[in-house]
Amino acid sequence: MTVRIPSPLRSYTAQQAEVDVAGSTLKGVLTALDQQYPGLRFRIITEQDTIRQHIRIFVNEEQARDLSVALRPDDEIHIICALSGG
Amino acid sequence: MPPRRRTAGKSKTAMLKPATGSVALLIGTRKGAFILRSDRSRRTWKLTEPIFLGHIVHHLMLDPRDRRTLLAAARTGHLGPTVFRSTDSGKTWKEAQAPPAFPKVPEGQKGRVVDHVFWLTPGHPSEPNVWYAGTSPQGLFRSEDGGVTWKPFSYINDDRQYREWMGTVQDGTPDGPKLHSIIVDPRDLLHLYFAMSGGGVHESIDGGKTFTTLVKGLEVVQGFDAANVTFHDPHCVRLCPDNPDRLYQQNHCGIYRLDRPSNEWVRIGKNMPKQVGDIGFSIVLHPRDSDTVWVFPMDGTEVWPRVSPDGKPAVYMTRNAGKTWTRQDKGFPKSQAWWTVKRQAMTADAHEPVGLYFGTTSGELWGSRTGGAGWTCLVRNLPEIYSVEAAEL
Repeated sequence: MTVRIPSPLRSYTAQQAEVDVAGSTLKGVLTALDQQYPGLRFRIITEQDTIRQHIRIFVNEEQARDLSVALRPDDEIHIICALSGG
Repeated sequence: MPPRRRTAGKSKTAMLKPATGSVALLIGTRKGAFILRSDRSRRTWKLTEPIFLGHIVHHLMLDPRDRRTLLAAARTGHLGPTVFRSTDSGKTWKEAQAPPAFPKVPEGQKGRVVDHVFWLTPGHPSEPNVWYAGTSPQGLFRSEDGGVTWKPFSYINDDRQYREWMGTVQDGTPDGPKLHSIIVDPRDLLHLYFAMSGGGVHESIDGGKTFTTLVKGLEVVQGFDAANVTFHDPHCVRLCPDNPDRLYQQNHCGIYRLDRPSNEWVRIGKNMPKQVGDIGFSIVLHPRDSDTVWVFPMDGTEVWPRVSPDGKPAVYMTRNAGKTWTRQDKGFPKSQAWWTVKRQAMTADAHEPVGLYFGTTSGELWGSRTGGAGWTCLVRNLPEIYSVEAAEL
């Protein structure tokens, strides 16, 4: 499935804005993503497997609250850096 | 009774020779890192392009054992914490494969999360790949491969007593509670110190297997119990390079000296001028004279503005281990300069006379190549400065 990568994480994906990764849950996709692009997962997911405070992950147009979300092969995942700053 | 050190060795280390080469100031800021290099005379300086522009760099440290390896503690506003590593003096960088992180707890329990890596300390000279890191919230970590992978170090991160002393996120500084001032005794790799804001000063003589508190003599905010380690807020602890039996500390509640084997700190800040006080974040030691120390006092009255008292910045120096202090403000603005200098943002080089440097939260970097007798602004318009380290690259 397609994972859309925000600009702060593209140093991990050789500047690709979209990458293809397989997985049946969000947790599985993020594990696969980290295998393909080492280090990326920890920048957006904590050591307690929670989504970091200023990161949002959408599956299609629905926000994922945790990593247990089940996925279909044609789902699209958007990793978003949440609006913040002054 | 203070703990007995495993190998005391000589009280003083061998006389350290003054440095003569160019100085590199490693600057960590809220929006990236910079390196400011001098010529050999330290009269002219050149600033590099930003490194990790946009990243929050709390600390940038050179490994003094090879003088090539640099470690940077970084995160961004959105992305989690990490450590970057260069083995070619900053030309190229790689990210740590396993940055400092607390252990994953079982489902249903609330585990801790490293918000940022705050402090980096190279290990003992006999352990060339060892580094220590302190984090926010308070955590102590160690790398044995030059910063590539990190693991929790010692038992304190999960110890019930230590967790109580660490308190919650609300008990720390506005930017989060921090573990800092990790010190390795140059005579004994098993002899360690660290400090926590809040949570006091701690010492190990067995390489981290056990730690004992070292807070006797330190004051806490009025109305609180100094016997409770939770209330102790050491801002910066330093060990004298030429006399590792002596430590100095800038605390939330004053300036202190500790001469081992005593375990009782002495508040030498009481000898500062009353109208200036002895509140601040940073403390800097002379590389070859354990009686000489510099501090950057800030206003700790009423609502704790923590800017230069009365808007008149000054460094204060003692040459007699804190008995008397001398004001050093030649070159600074005479008024309306409301500077804040953070705990890692003031340092000394190893030249003779000693060069002193500090960075302000308003992005100015000031230096003195005369041991504080005269000051010059070396750089303006940097982002908020978090840390400054002097190195010879």
